[in-house]
Amino acid sequence: MSATTNSSNNIGPKRLVVGAHYGLRDWLAQRVTAAVIGSYSVVLFVIAMLAAEPGYGGWAGIFASTGMKVFTLLALLALIYHAWVGIRDIWMDYVKPVGIRLGLQIFTILWLVSCGVWAIEILWRV
Amino acid sequence: MSELSKKSRPQFRNIHITQILQYRLPAAGVVSILHRVSGAAMFLALPLVLLLFDWSITSELSYAQLMEVLDSFLVKLILCGLAWAFLHHLFAGIRHLFSDLHIGLAKEQSASWGRAVLIATLGCSVLAWLKIFGAF
Repeated sequence: MSATTNSSNNIGPKRLVVGAHYGLRDWLAQRVTAAVIGSYSVVLFVIAMLAAEPGYGGWAGIFASTGMKVFTLLALLALIYHAWVGIRDIWMDYVKPVGIRLGLQIFTILWLVSCGVWAIEILWRV
Repeated sequence: MSELSKKSRPQFRNIHITQILQYRLPAAGVVSILHRVSGAAMFLALPLVLLLFDWSITSELSYAQLMEVLDSFLVKLILCGLAWAFLHHLFAGIRHLFSDLHIGLAKEQSASWGRAVLIATLGCSVLAWLKIFGAF
């Protein structure tokens, strides 16, 4: 930390606040996306357990309507952003070397975007 | 100020990975680290879940093949793990929302909220595990 090298001008009101200033935005986004994923999970669980016929027809039928496709896609996009914020927090907390951290963050983005594209492809096949 | 900065003072760093088992975490701490572990596990399992979803939804034939795959003990075990991860993440997340509203932050309440999350997760997980292994 740079605080140890120039402590005299880094205290009180002179404290240097660094960062990308995405803290509040991500804090809020994490809660909004969580609410979307949570509500989707409950809705899907209730439909699958109570409303749908057992077997392939009933299960695939859930995702046949445009409304459910859009809700599923919405939950998926929320999940991708939620996972990005969460996994990036893990890298920022535990991985200090910048090069490795950048590599892991790039891997995370590619992993999530690939999953998103694949999921859209699956979803619109029904 | 200069006198203070000259003195060598004890530094308290993050817990090192080798020290983890020596620390006795309170229930809220267990919930917190498992929130992270469950989230990371679901992140890594995302392609697997998509593969299962793909098979379940593509055709009558792929659905039947999926049902055969689900007979495997290993797949059932993975699903049990994922069910736990999802439920823990959900309940720990709900506790997070209450914390945002400054509910359950005092020392004793924090401990009981932590225990409540662990118990709710375990209870729902057991139901999910029984369902996965076909008990009902």
